[in-house]
Amino acid sequence: MIELGKYAGAVIGAYGLSLALLGGLIWQTLAANARARHALERQESRG
Amino acid sequence: MSIWEYANPVKFMRTSGAILPWVVAGAAVCTVTGLVWGFLTPDDFRQGSTVKIVFLHVPAAMMAINIWVMMLVASLIWLIRRHHVSALAAKAAAPIGAVMTLIGLITGAVWGQPMWGTWWEWDPRLTSFLILFLFYIGYIALWSAIEDPDSAADLTAVLCLVGSVFALLSRYAVFFWNQGLHQGASLSVQSGERMSAVYRYPLYLTMLGFGLLFLSLLLIRTRTEIRRRRLAALQAREMRA
Repeated sequence: MIELGKYAGAVIGAYGLSLALLGGLIWQTLAANARARHALERQESRG
Repeated sequence: MSIWEYANPVKFMRTSGAILPWVVAGAAVCTVTGLVWGFLTPDDFRQGSTVKIVFLHVPAAMMAINIWVMMLVASLIWLIRRHHVSALAAKAAAPIGAVMTLIGLITGAVWGQPMWGTWWEWDPRLTSFLILFLFYIGYIALWSAIEDPDSAADLTAVLCLVGSVFALLSRYAVFFWNQGLHQGASLSVQSGERMSAVYRYPLYLTMLGFGLLFLSLLLIRTRTEIRRRRLAALQAREMRA
């Protein structure tokens, strides 16, 4: 187990918040891309 | 072969689709390895375990400024040569830059509290970085507020030129404003070694990882914008028919 001492809250908080923001950005990017790809495929199959 | 070939959306989609898996794999390996390696480094004799925050704070802050510079270049290409892919790339980059800036601000505050005794200080570098974040938010809002894509690209390009002042201030404020809590550059080519190799190598790896992560997200988001533009064109054609 890694010993973070008296600054454990600061270190874990910084990593937790940053990884949550990066995870949210990646999820939003992939979800928007999938939506756009499916919508375009539907439109192209109609035409 | 000319770089302007990639201004063609078809060529851009084909090339970006081919390189994307490699860029994503590189981003995942470098970012995860760099962050785990950084988290396992020993405590600093003065800063204790808070030194581990450097592996998030420095790459995120570096990318926040570099992404704005990339948007500036893409905006200039749009204004001068009217290549749509460059305008869409600038639009795609903005949310990534905003998140990187927010990570830089949050990790800086969390790190600053135990080291400086305060979450925030109206220091030149911190203040210009906060203004840069507000410019990112304004840039994203302006794209959403204007319906005509070419007008939106024109106006956001001008906003990007103005915001570049704060991107450069964020980078260089510590050199010409002597007051403030924020230290100078953590890594410098000219000034020799400022950081032990124990921290420097994982930091280099994380910086490379964040750069590749940006490139991955930029390619995916630009592809999304091109698909949306094509979808809008097809729907407009269907309406006219």
